[in-house]
Amino acid sequence: MTIEPSQRVETVPPSGIRRFFELAEEMDDIISLGVGEPDFSAPWAAREAAITSLELGKTSYTANRGRRELRELIAGDVDRRYDLEYDPDEEVLVTTGASEGVDLALRAVIDPGDTVAVVQPSYVSYVPGVIFAGGEPLPVPTTQETDFKLTTDALYDAGVEGADALVLCYPNNPTGATMTGSELEPIAEFAREHDLVVLSDEIYSELSYEHDHTSIATLPGMRERTIVFNGFSKAYAMTGLRLGYALGPPEAIGAMNRIHQYTMLSAPTTAQYAAIEALESCDDAVAEMRRQYDRRRRLVLSRFEEMGIECFPASGAFYAFPESPWDDGEAFAEALLEQEHVAVVPGTAFGEGGEGHLRVSYATGMDDLKEALDRIERFIS
Amino acid sequence: MDLSEELLELLQENARYSTDDLARMTDADPETVEAEIERLESEGIIRGYQAVVDFEETERERVRAIVELNVTLDRETSYGDIAERIVQFPEVQELRLVSGDYDFDMEVEGDSMREVSHFISDKIAPIPEITQTVTHYHMDTYKTRGIVLGDHDEDDRLSVSP
Repeated sequence: MTIEPSQRVETVPPSGIRRFFELAEEMDDIISLGVGEPDFSAPWAAREAAITSLELGKTSYTANRGRRELRELIAGDVDRRYDLEYDPDEEVLVTTGASEGVDLALRAVIDPGDTVAVVQPSYVSYVPGVIFAGGEPLPVPTTQETDFKLTTDALYDAGVEGADALVLCYPNNPTGATMTGSELEPIAEFAREHDLVVLSDEIYSELSYEHDHTSIATLPGMRERTIVFNGFSKAYAMTGLRLGYALGPPEAIGAMNRIHQYTMLSAPTTAQYAAIEALESCDDAVAEMRRQYDRRRRLVLSRFEEMGIECFPASGAFYAFPESPWDDGEAFAEALLEQEHVAVVPGTAFGEGGEGHLRVSYATGMDDLKEALDRIERFIS
Repeated sequence: MDLSEELLELLQENARYSTDDLARMTDADPETVEAEIERLESEGIIRGYQAVVDFEETERERVRAIVELNVTLDRETSYGDIAERIVQFPEVQELRLVSGDYDFDMEVEGDSMREVSHFISDKIAPIPEITQTVTHYHMDTYKTRGIVLGDHDEDDRLSVSP
């Protein structure tokens, strides 16, 4: 007998760039601008808190929703930073990375056949997540003409009026686009008018360089229809500790917790102790990392401009999303890898609107970043 | 953070950043950056540029020692006077007046322990105001000037993380 994967799993293709990076792993002297995670380590205070928790034998499960102390700190932190007020008992769920939160939310609020609009280019997990939840993904392409910001025109063009939910991610992976409060207002109005549930992934909220981050949940009439995802991976460089959280109305968080308690049970205890310390004492470390990313961002955008590579002014996350110097971004990325040993990700990996672009992560040390940009310049000249 | 603060931070991070790169990172034009660095140098705020060398990775042996110095003062001699005399020796890499059990914290470098020992006994100890020296040889250096040495960890992050 052979085990046949379910149709849902079969529907989701493997990553289109897997072959590309298998090739990269066989090469020497590779500089990767493909990684989507900080090159910093988590702040020492957070790491030490994790170690201490282990030394004290704090290795049991926590409450399904996460330690109350952590939920209280999260609620206080998002209130202070983003003007979001949530009850730590009923409206905060600590998850195993923000990714688990997105997956739980999709499974908790989507019924089979429901349509879920996904703004693209976007993080690679949203569309598979919709499919695994039994929903129908509806891509909403954004383009360089609007600086990859979502507009109501894009929503109408894609036919989102009839959708059940909308997945947003600003600051955006892979484009680095951000949206201000006034730019989000018409999107919120559209969501209210068409009764959409909004799933807002704000994992890069601390990495917004041109203006303060605005959560769509703070706009009038949005709190009751929005689930916000955030976590410790990007701002605190705690990717491997796998800790995120979801914020939303009690009925949504309750439904998500019902799935969470049967699957994950609780987020990693050690990571929860690290997160408590991160929230209590690591603001300076976050500010320092943001400052470093901002310098790299300015360098990357400036170098692309000097090379004559068109790139809109990415203002968030740690990605630039330049136009590929060749029409075929995949062919360009592959040739760049083979000839100059620089790995970037073709924009097609991130869905509609990504074609002809490259995702360039600047979450890499300045020396490597400068060397990679020199190699790109040499390659195109 | 104003431009001069940002430039100081960047140059402490890597003094070899080119003017163009500093301009790109700070959103200033290269001429402004150049002028600002010249000002910082001429006002003595930037005193020099040095490489951080991990001698363990080279063939050359370098010996470093921290030396605690106790001194005695009189009406004619201040800490500054004594320091002015000691800093003239090229073997002295660092010299600080400190609080606590001793007065000066001195860092000395040489090609061998013998050379460093002779320097302390022949040049430093005979200075009339110096009443005591305590020498601590560096056994190994793990971090210097904010840079971790001997750290060759491979970056094992996924080639493509979502």
